[in-house]
Amino acid sequence: MLKLVDISIKLGDFQLKDVNLELNKGDYYVLLGKSGVGKTVLLEIIAGMIKQDSGTVYLNDEDITNKKIHNRKVGIVFQDHSIFPHLTVKQNIAYSFKAKNIAKSEQERLVNQYAELTKVTHLLDRNTQKLSGGELQRVALARMLVSKPDCLLLDEPLASLDVQLQGGLRVLLRQINQSGVTILHVTHNYEEAIALSNKVAVMHEGAIIQKGTTKDVFQKPFNEFVANFTGIKNFFTAVFSPINTARINGKFEINVSNNEQIKRGKIIIRGEEIILSNSKIESSATNNFKGVIKQIIPYMMNYEVIIDIGIELSVVISQSSLQRFNFQVGTEAWVSFKATAIKVLA
Amino acid sequence: MYKNKLRTFDIVILVLGGLVLLFIISPLLSMFLATTPLQLFETSKDPEVQDSIWLTLKVSFLATLFFAIGAIPLSYFLARIDFRFKNIVNGIIDLPIVIPHSAAGIAILGFISRDSVLGKLASSVGLNFVGHPIGIALAMAFVSIPFLINAARDGFENVPVRFEKTALNLGVSPMKVFFTISLPLAWKNILSGLIMMFARGLSEFGAVIIVAYHPMVTPVLIYERFGAFGLKYARPVSVVFIIVCLVFFIFLRTLAKEKKSGNA
Repeated sequence: MLKLVDISIKLGDFQLKDVNLELNKGDYYVLLGKSGVGKTVLLEIIAGMIKQDSGTVYLNDEDITNKKIHNRKVGIVFQDHSIFPHLTVKQNIAYSFKAKNIAKSEQERLVNQYAELTKVTHLLDRNTQKLSGGELQRVALARMLVSKPDCLLLDEPLASLDVQLQGGLRVLLRQINQSGVTILHVTHNYEEAIALSNKVAVMHEGAIIQKGTTKDVFQKPFNEFVANFTGIKNFFTAVFSPINTARINGKFEINVSNNEQIKRGKIIIRGEEIILSNSKIESSATNNFKGVIKQIIPYMMNYEVIIDIGIELSVVISQSSLQRFNFQVGTEAWVSFKATAIKVLA
Repeated sequence: MYKNKLRTFDIVILVLGGLVLLFIISPLLSMFLATTPLQLFETSKDPEVQDSIWLTLKVSFLATLFFAIGAIPLSYFLARIDFRFKNIVNGIIDLPIVIPHSAAGIAILGFISRDSVLGKLASSVGLNFVGHPIGIALAMAFVSIPFLINAARDGFENVPVRFEKTALNLGVSPMKVFFTISLPLAWKNILSGLIMMFARGLSEFGAVIIVAYHPMVTPVLIYERFGAFGLKYARPVSVVFIIVCLVFFIFLRTLAKEKKSGNA
C-alpha cells in the first residue's frame, strides 16, 4: 500500500538516512522516536510537502515521488491541527469538496457522517477559535476522513491532549483503522504504540533501527536503545469483566484499577513494579501468582527474569536480589504486584 | 524622587506630543474656520468642482482595482518565494515612495507619450494617454501602488504556510487554495492596502499635473484656483475635497471593520 524506499534528506544538522518502510492495507503502523528525530519530516515527505534528496515513495504500487501535494491521496493530520480559522467547523470538514464535484445533499450526508464518527456534530455551526485541543483534533480528523485519503498520516495526534481525552481519541483512531483506513502514526510515546498499533518502527538519529510487529519490537528489542526506549514488555489485550478484573486470553485474571471503566483495552505492567519471591508474601498487593522461571537475561545493571504464570511476565531484579534468592531457570517462584501498578489503556 | 522625575518627564512628553498634534490640527482647523458655510455650499454646487471630485474618486478607485489584479499576486509571490534578488525587488517596489512625485510624473509621461511604445500602441487604437483619465490613473497608480503591495505582502506573510499545505493535502488545487485560504486570511491587510492606495491616489498632485492638466483632478483644481484667484478661492475647494475624502475613508474603514467582525 505505502512503501518508502531509501528515503534520505539532509536539512542543516539534521538528516534522514535510507528510511525504508512498508505499510499493508489496514495496518496501524506507529513510528516511534524521540522529538526531533525526523518523524514529522518523514510524514511531510510522504505527503509531498518536502522534497527528499533521494529515495522513492510508492502508494498502491504507483511511484508518487514527483506527484504534487494535492494529487497524492495521502492525508496528513498535523499536531497543531491546522484548522482554518476563518471557516466554521462545518466549512472546515467540507473543505475537500472544493476539489470534487459532489451534489450538495451528498456533501451534507458525508459531513454529518464523519462529524458523527468524530463526535463533533454539536460543533458544526461553531467558529473554530474557541474550540479545545481535543475538539480541534477531532475536527481535523473529520476533515481529513471526508477527503477519503488512501493512507492517513498522523503527527503526534495525542500529544497536546490531556489523559482523559487521549483515551477517547485512541478509541476513535482504532475505530477509524478498523473501518479500513491504513494509518501511519508518529509519536514519542510508547503507550500509544502498544495501545494502537499492529506494527512499530523505532527511529533514532534519522534512521529506523528496528521495525516489526508491535509484539516483536517490544518483546525482542534489537538493542539497548530500543529496549530502553520502548521499555515495556508486559502488555496484554484484556477484557474487563467484572470491571476491575482484566481477563487475558479469556481465562487468566488480574486485578486492576480500571478507573475509566472501560470494557476492553490493553494493560501494561512495568517489570520494575513486580516483586519476585520464593514464597507467597503477605502484602497489600492483590495479584499474587506462582509460576516457573523460563529465562534469566543479564543486562548491564540488572537481570530480566521471564516467568510463566499462565502468561509470560518479564520481571526486572537487581544482581544482589538474584544472588540472595538464588533464582534459577526451571524453578518455581512467586510474583506479586498491586492492582494500581497496572496501567489500563483504552 | 523617582516618581517626581517621571512626572516631569511625562509632562515634557505631553507638551512635545501636544505641539505636534497641534501642528497637524491647526492648519486644517483654521482652513475650516476660515470657510463660511455659504462658501462651502456654493463651492459644492459648482459643476467644475463636482466634476473634478467625481473624476478624482472614479479614476483613483478604478486605478486601485485594476492594479490590484497584478499587485496582489505579486505580493503573494514576494511573501512565499525566496529568490536571489528579492531584496532588490522589494527596494524597487518602494522606489515610487522615495522619488519626488514630479520626477515620477516626468517618468510616466515619457512612458506614455506618443513617442513611446505604449503611446504608439494606444495611438493605433485612437487613444492618447496624455491628458486622458487613463494617464491620470497610471500616474496615481505609480505613486500609490507600493502601499498596496507592501500591505498585501505583510498580510500573506502572516498566513501560516501550514494552512496552505493542509488545504493542498486535502486535494484542493493551488489556485483554489489561494482564493479560499490565502486571500481570505490576508484580506484584512489587503483591504487596508487597497484603502491606502485609493487614498494616496486621490491626493496625488505632482505626478498627475505633469501627465494631465486637463481633465482636472481636484488637487490640480485647487492649485489652479490658488494660482488664478488666490487663497480665498482655493480654500473652499480644499475643504470640500477633504470632507469628501474623510467621508470615503471613514466609510471604507467601517466597511473593513464590519467585514472583520462578521468573520470573527
